Amino acid sequence: MTQLPTQTDKKLGLVIDLDICVGCHACVVNCKEWNTSGYGAPLGDTNAYDADPLGSWLNRIHTYEVTPQETPAYDNPSSTGASPSHQCGSGDSLAQLVHFPKSCLHCEDAPCVTVCPTGASMKRSEDGIVLVEEDKCIGCGLCAWSCPYGAREMDPMENVMKKCTLCVDRIYNDNLPEIDRTPACVRTCPANARHFGDFADPNSDVSIMVKERGGMDLMPEMDTKPVNKYLPPRAKVKTSDGLEIAAEQSKSEMKADGFLGWLDKALEKMG
Amino acid sequence: MHPAISVIFFTVTSGAGFGMMFVLGLGLPVHQGAWTTILSCGLALGLAVAGLLSSTFHLGHPERAWRAFSQWKSSWLSREGVLAVLTLVVFGLYALIWLASGERLASLGYLSSFLAALTVFATAMIYAQLKTVPNWHSKLTPLTYLGFALASGFLLAALFISTSRIGGVHVAALAAIFVAAAWLFKFIWWRRADNVGFSETGSNAGTATGLGHLGDVKLLESPHSSDNYLTKEMVHQIGRKHGAKLRFIAVICGVVVPVFLCTLAIFSGLIVLPLLVAVFSMFIGLFCERWLFFAQAKHAVSLFY
Ligand code: SF4
Ligand code: SF4
Ligand code: SF4
Repeated sequence: MTQLPTQTDKKLGLVIDLDICVGCHACVVNCKEWNTSGYGAPLGDTNAYDADPLGSWLNRIHTYEVTPQETPAYDNPSSTGASPSHQCGSGDSLAQLVHFPKSCLHCEDAPCVTVCPTGASMKRSEDGIVLVEEDKCIGCGLCAWSCPYGAREMDPMENVMKKCTLCVDRIYNDNLPEIDRTPACVRTCPANARHFGDFADPNSDVSIMVKERGGMDLMPEMDTKPVNKYLPPRAKVKTSDGLEIAAEQSKSEMKADGFLGWLDKALEKMG
Repeated sequence: MHPAISVIFFTVTSGAGFGMMFVLGLGLPVHQGAWTTILSCGLALGLAVAGLLSSTFHLGHPERAWRAFSQWKSSWLSREGVLAVLTLVVFGLYALIWLASGERLASLGYLSSFLAALTVFATAMIYAQLKTVPNWHSKLTPLTYLGFALASGFLLAALFISTSRIGGVHVAALAAIFVAAAWLFKFIWWRRADNVGFSETGSNAGTATGLGHLGDVKLLESPHSSDNYLTKEMVHQIGRKHGAKLRFIAVICGVVVPVFLCTLAIFSGLIVLPLLVAVFSMFIGLFCERWLFFAQAKHAVSLFY
C-alpha cells in the first residue's frame, strides 16, 4: 500500500557520525555484499571490470571539502585590498574534509512511497522501514525522482528499484548471533561511525546521541522528515593552537614524578 | 533530468489524442458520414494509445504495468493510468454509438471530454508534484500541459470540421488563439523555470549535507569512479547543451508557423491544408519543448554532486 502510515510503532534508523567517519568505504562494500545475497534480487553490476562500470549500491560515500566562509574582522587587519581570508587556516576555523555516507533515511513523510503507482514501495507501520516489494515493481523510476537524497537506484540487471532495507533480513534474524542482528554497514564500520536504533524510544542510544551531539536532518526544507540523523563534525582547532597545546602537554610530561622522577633526578645528579 | 524519448513521445502524442477527444466530445461539428467518424475518433484514440504504449517502453517491467492501476488513492501516476483507460473506454463507446447510429450522444461526449481533461491534468501532476524538481513543481505545469493538449487536439480535430465558423469565430482563428494561449503559458513557465533554481526551498549543498553552517560545501571526491544511475538519470547535463537553439526551434515550429498558417487559412479560405501543415509544425515544436522540459530540469540530487 503506498499510503503512508499515520504513525509507526518504532522508528528504526541510523545515526551517522560525520565527525569520525574516515571514508574507508567498508560500509559500502559490506552493504553490497550482504544485500546482493539477501533480500530481493541481487544488486547488479554491468561492465564490472571494464572502463565504465555501473552498478546499484544502497549506500555511497561522498567526500566534501568545507571552507569557512568568513574570517572574523580581528583576524584580518587590512580591510581593504585582497585579503588571504579564503586561505585554509587563516580564519578562526579551518577548512575541513568531511566523509559523508548516504543511504536511505527512511523518511516519515516519504514521497517515494506515495508516488509509487503499484504499491511496491511501502513504509511499514510496525517499524517505519521503507521497502520495495520487488516483484510488484514495474521499474518506472518515479520513486527515485521523488527522493531528494538519491537513495534509490534502479538495478541495471533486474530493472527493479533498489534501496536500503535497513538490513531487515539481519535485524530480526534469529539465525544470526545477537551481535550480528544489526545492519551490515553498522556492524562493519571500523570507526564506529554508524549506529542503529529506535528513534521512537527517547532513551535509546541513538536518541541520546542525537540529543547530545545536535543530530541533524538533511534537507529539512523538503519536508520528508528523515528518521536517520547525522551528527555534525566537531569544531576543529587551528593547527598552530594545536601545536601549542601539544607543546604544553610535552612540557608538563617532562615534570615526571614517582620512579621516573627519581630516575630523572638521579641521572641529572650524575652530571 | 534525463530526457527519455519514450516519455517525450508519450506526453506529446497522448496529450494531443486526449485533447482531440476533449474537443470532439464537446461536439465540434465535423462532416457527416462513417469515414469522418472512423478517422477522427480513430486518430484521437490512436494517438492516445500510441502514447500510452510508448510510455510502457520506459518501464523496467512492462508486463507488470497492470499493477499501476492499484494505487490511485495516493499516486498521480496511478491516477493517470486509471483515468486514461476510463477515458478511452467512455470515448470509445461514444465513437461506437456515433458510428452505429450517426448520433452523437451529448452526455457521453461531455463525460469523455471531462475525463480527457482530467487525464492530461493527472499526467502533468506526475511532474508538478515533485518538490525535488523545482522547474516542474508549479501550478503552471498542468496549465501548460492542458494548454498544449487543447491546442494540438483542436488543430487535429479541425481537420475534419464541417463549418468554417464556430459561434461566429473562424475555426482557424480559434485554433490560433488556442495555440498562442498555450505558448503564452509556456513563456510564463519558462520565465519562472529560468529563475527559480532551488530558491523556493532554499536548498543548496549546505542544506543537502547539513554542513552549511561550517562553510562552503564542495564535492571533493564523488562516491564512485564512473557514472551511476543517479548521475545518468538526475544529474543529466548533455541534453542542456543546445538549450537556446532548441528553444528557438520550439518557438518557431510550435507557435510562429502554426499561427501564421492559421492566419493564412482565415484569409485564403482554405482550411484543411494550412491546418495540416500547422499540426506537423506544432508537433515538431512540442517535441523540442518536451525535450527541454526534461533536459533543463535540475534535480535536488545534483546538490550532492
Ligand atoms: S531517503 Fe529517499 S528513498 Fe529513503 S524514505 Fe526518504 S525519500 Fe524515500
Ligand atoms: S520504480 Fe517500482 S517502487 Fe519505484 S515508483 Fe515505480 S513501481 Fe514503485
Ligand atoms: S542498513 Fe543495510 S541496506 Fe541499509 S545502508 Fe546499511 S548495510 Fe546497506
